[in-house]
Amino acid sequence: MSIVVRIDKCTACETCLNSCPFDAIVLKDGKAAINEYCNYCKTCISACPEGAIYETEERTQGAEHRQRIEDFKDVLVFAEQREGKVAPVSFELLGAGRRLADGLGVKLLALLPGADESEARELIRWGADRVYLCSGPRFNNFNDDLYAGALTKIINEQKPSIVLAGATPVGRSFVPRVAARLRTGLTADCTSLEIDKGSGNLIQIRPAFGGNIMAAIVCPDYRPQMATVRPRVMKRGEYAENRAGEIIDFQCDEITSGTKVLETVKEVSGISVNLHEAEFIVAGGRGAGGEKGVKLIEELAEALGGVVGASRAAVDEGWISYSHQVGQTGKTVNPKIYIACGISGAVQHLVGMQSSDIIIAINKNPDAPIFNVATYGIVGDLFEIVPMLTRKIKEIKGL
Amino acid sequence: MNIIVCIKQVPDTAEIKINPETNTLMREGVPSIINPFDLHALEAGLQIKETAGGKVTVLTMGPPQAESALRDAISMGADEAVLLSDRAFAGSDTWATSYTLAGAIRELGADIILCGKQAIDGDTAQVGPETAEFLGIPHISYIRKIEEVRDDYIKVQRLMDEGYDVVESSLPVLLTVVKELNRPRMPSLKGKMAAKKAGVRKMGKDDIHADENCIGLKGSPTQVKNIFAPQLKAERKMIEGAPEQQVAALIEELRTIKCL
Repeated sequence: MSIVVRIDKCTACETCLNSCPFDAIVLKDGKAAINEYCNYCKTCISACPEGAIYETEERTQGAEHRQRIEDFKDVLVFAEQREGKVAPVSFELLGAGRRLADGLGVKLLALLPGADESEARELIRWGADRVYLCSGPRFNNFNDDLYAGALTKIINEQKPSIVLAGATPVGRSFVPRVAARLRTGLTADCTSLEIDKGSGNLIQIRPAFGGNIMAAIVCPDYRPQMATVRPRVMKRGEYAENRAGEIIDFQCDEITSGTKVLETVKEVSGISVNLHEAEFIVAGGRGAGGEKGVKLIEELAEALGGVVGASRAAVDEGWISYSHQVGQTGKTVNPKIYIACGISGAVQHLVGMQSSDIIIAINKNPDAPIFNVATYGIVGDLFEIVPMLTRKIKEIKGL
Repeated sequence: MNIIVCIKQVPDTAEIKINPETNTLMREGVPSIINPFDLHALEAGLQIKETAGGKVTVLTMGPPQAESALRDAISMGADEAVLLSDRAFAGSDTWATSYTLAGAIRELGADIILCGKQAIDGDTAQVGPETAEFLGIPHISYIRKIEEVRDDYIKVQRLMDEGYDVVESSLPVLLTVVKELNRPRMPSLKGKMAAKKAGVRKMGKDDIHADENCIGLKGSPTQVKNIFAPQLKAERKMIEGAPEQQVAALIEELRTIKCL
């Protein structure tokens, strides 16, 4: 496949140059020319008002591949645990996985390393048809080689068509190894997963370029189609106490590792930073100005019983630590209420918080982009507004 | 100790803006920089060299223009630079990129390979672990501290959601690093001079003995189907008035929808 410019039709209007997310089109001899930055995203084809850009020859699938693809059917979720308890992201993956499996008319499988049968039962209640339980102390702590080995083994055995894992420090670290080993595609940080009705392929939507654009990714010629999904992006499915399902003891004794976890250390800062679970997040940005502003934000978070979030600007300035960062390079959150204080709202911040139920934006600048996603907007000085809000909330709560 | 630091030249995504009328990226004047996480990987490589001895090689895969990123790395103190560039690499996804990088690393030889945890343009965080897999060596992601390095052994702290793990590994190993690890140094005057004169070694598909079916677009399992501007919801209600009135009105709104 190749993207080609028809020189006879090109009017050098430069529309395609501006449309290209990869800076891959230049003007050469008065005509558009595509260079080696081209990522074959085809944005220019639809952008060209003259119809002068087109695609040559679709990439052909090898017959042997097509054969193989038909062997792959089910949906498999990698279920993550922490200290033996299934992590919430796994239930969300089961929600997404159930929907895909029902759409395809196939089974929803789950691989659960390092937990016990009662936790496996929970996965069934959240939608799994069959859980492969990989127990034993070796799997309690996260180890890339062991987890990659177990996931590879179950994929080779069960041949799922789709594999989903959490885009957590665990999933983002070991799942790429599995994709490399199986010679298949992996799409990171998907925000939406749909089946293409025509081809039956999984369409994986993800943000790119710091969240400035969204890309739809497919993996048409290889199986399984693998994707990671950030916590709090997918909705949980229905919880059914009595859902029937199978638990299978999955032995992985033969898998070895070159690394070893010597110690697991929990770090607890003054205020909890569990942004994923928080109902209320009060976040500070450059407008917080320094420690004084951050303190006001912390006080409001405390009054609400919530946690402190931060934009990249506030983290880069060193006012708030990285573990609080919300956005493309930080965490994705969707609390009941997100209060953005002095955050201008760069796209890379917005992609991390725009699915919050209610967004309250407090900013001096009425043109700040944060107001575009706000449920309630207050143009004003956070040093005035925030302490007043804290007082009011304390009054209501009788604090 | 042979240390290879993988770097990527990226557009500074923080500088990219969306044209609200056409919904397209405005890249004009957006500078190309070394991926910020890779600077921390380079700093880590330089520090390991300073204590354990050895050589730091920076490696990048990209178009010919990426050579400037390599020269920047030399000005910070890297000893050698390798540009992995070939038209046949165009359109590589993370799988094909990792395959290609691993091919070059195999040719160069390394005890420790360092990468940033992710690149800010793609944000996948996949190329590091995938490269380790192709090399058949272990990897440890999200390194926030290197506690100990010996000839055949390394002990590091890996950042996790609720703290960190202390992890040990044999060498060779591939590490991906986070920003907390260190503070990258500024280029020295001597380094800048060296960067001007330094030779950059170029490698193409034949130099890494690449299988044509595993590189570039043809070797990439994933394809970009299309690209579009993110949808932002717009249902805002601006609360006007003096600060006291604004706060009172907001509280009232939240009570009405039973959020307080």
